[in-house]
Amino acid sequence: MILFYLFAAVAVGASLLVIAQRNPIYSVLLLIASFGALSGLYVMLDAPFVAVIQIVVYAGAIMVLFLFVVMLLNAPHEDTEADERRHILLRSGPLRFGAFLAAVLASELGWALTRGGDAGAFAGGATTSVAAIGRSLFTDYAFAFEVTSVLILVAMVGAVVLAHREKA
Amino acid sequence: MPTLNHYLLLSAVLFSIGTAGVFVRRNLITILLSIEIMLNAVNLTFVAFGRAMGSADGQIIVFFVMTVAAAEAAIGLAIVIALFRHRESLNPDMFTQLKW
Amino acid sequence: MTPLFIAQIVLTLFVFFMLLNSAAVMVYVERKVAAMLQQRLGPYLVGPKGMLQPLADVVKLMFKEELRPKAADAFLFALAPIISATCAFAAFAVVPFGADTTLFGLLDTPLRLQVADVNVAVLVIFAIASMSVYGIVLAGWSSNSKYSLLGGLRSSAQMISYELSYGLALAAVLLIGNSLSLSDLVNRQAGTWLGVLPRWFIFVQPLGFVIYMLAGIAETNRAPFDFPEAEQELVAGYHTEYSSMSFAMFFLAEYINMVTVSAVATDLFLGGWHGPFLPASLGWIWFLLKVAAILFFYVWMRWTLPRYRYDQLMTFGWKVLLPLAVVNLLATAAAVLYFTA
Repeated sequence: MILFYLFAAVAVGASLLVIAQRNPIYSVLLLIASFGALSGLYVMLDAPFVAVIQIVVYAGAIMVLFLFVVMLLNAPHEDTEADERRHILLRSGPLRFGAFLAAVLASELGWALTRGGDAGAFAGGATTSVAAIGRSLFTDYAFAFEVTSVLILVAMVGAVVLAHREKA
Repeated sequence: MPTLNHYLLLSAVLFSIGTAGVFVRRNLITILLSIEIMLNAVNLTFVAFGRAMGSADGQIIVFFVMTVAAAEAAIGLAIVIALFRHRESLNPDMFTQLKW
Repeated sequence: MTPLFIAQIVLTLFVFFMLLNSAAVMVYVERKVAAMLQQRLGPYLVGPKGMLQPLADVVKLMFKEELRPKAADAFLFALAPIISATCAFAAFAVVPFGADTTLFGLLDTPLRLQVADVNVAVLVIFAIASMSVYGIVLAGWSSNSKYSLLGGLRSSAQMISYELSYGLALAAVLLIGNSLSLSDLVNRQAGTWLGVLPRWFIFVQPLGFVIYMLAGIAETNRAPFDFPEAEQELVAGYHTEYSSMSFAMFFLAEYINMVTVSAVATDLFLGGWHGPFLPASLGWIWFLLKVAAILFFYVWMRWTLPRYRYDQLMTFGWKVLLPLAVVNLLATAAAVLYFTA
């Protein structure tokens, strides 16, 4: 139980810092920390395959892509001088409304989950083996699997085309 | 022992943090990162429910969600690079007009 | 506090200590073998036949001044070597190096000679290899110097490109071995065919072994794929601005990554700790011999072959090695279907 709270605290804390940091490199690194905590939560949910795939795909590949783009763009600061004097989450206008909306969403979900019903304890069960996942992927969900490969191909071609620099 | 509600509440909190990030931040890359936070919260919900129902389907959907997230991050970043080349800024407010 | 628990803690400390020692031994072996290949003597002054040379190197590195460029990002500059070294050590945690042993009868239940026996061990190694890219890319970025940044970006682009072939070579072995746990895969390689040829996976997957070794050499940034840290071309690449113990940590991380790649290659392709003439409890001797052979091969390659230029390196990774790895995977899948259906 304490392990759950530890991972949950790291995940929530790191995510909060991601949206509060000015420097995008720190945001990416904090998000990697959050993914690590989520990976630990997946292990606690008896899903070791998803936990490792989370590290391999999300923390190891997608975040490297983000880091490369942040480093290549080396973007200047996003804020005007007036805004820089106040912290990100205290700014005016649509930003405050957006933050308020998110807080409403969170409290609504929290209310919906904690009212009534059973606590939803987990059924006893063994760790799903990778073999079972593989068998299911290649038989029941084979079509989705193949379509996903076409999706990745399209994404690769699209990314290359969109980021292509015209030789003037 | 953490129950299903614990995991669902955690993923709700993460989802709303991601949503707040999309609304509040004025930096295209941080907006994309917040979208990734939201997708991860959804992944956690799927795995938690899959475990609660004792089937592997939750993990299989997570597999597909991760793939789609990877594809979307790649295309999103390519678009960000293309946009940055034109306006030298990552602030979405600089792109509010349809003129290129 | 059962005896088994204490034994496991001792095993963890032992593995950590031996990895540190292996880095020191590799420093000496590299210089002596390089000398042999170049027909000169190598270190011979410090200690008998120069064997205390690594100790002298460590002492020298410890006494150097720890510098940091003024414009460098202090937190990331300090974090990068830590990430590199941690990932290098962590990857060895799931590698088994011997059969179950009862330590000459001291323990009641046999102790598995593996720090963490997870049943997705192969994926864990792959995951930690993916994480070690961050040490290099952060080192290059946080040094705030053009050589470091170029070296860091090139090195990490190289690592993520060769990770694909690495993974596909692993996947082909998994098709044959039917398990993700490294201990299971090694145990499947026990015994011999016709009493003569050991059942090692290298004889079933020769192309896979070659692809794995090439991808492993590229992953650890060793020659001939070490353009990003080429002394002649880029000053020293991503670790230009580092000195003293931070540099020592990068150095350490590189050697331990080499040891881990060799150990995983031994477990997956060369039969791990199985070998003739020795009882199972002494299997770790065979393991050490096989790892030593692969490490010698690593050093041999470095001092024999010229370095690939960066675009040749990337062309090789994407246009030669990756298609070969895919073809290997398909051929293995077809063969498995044909011979077991």
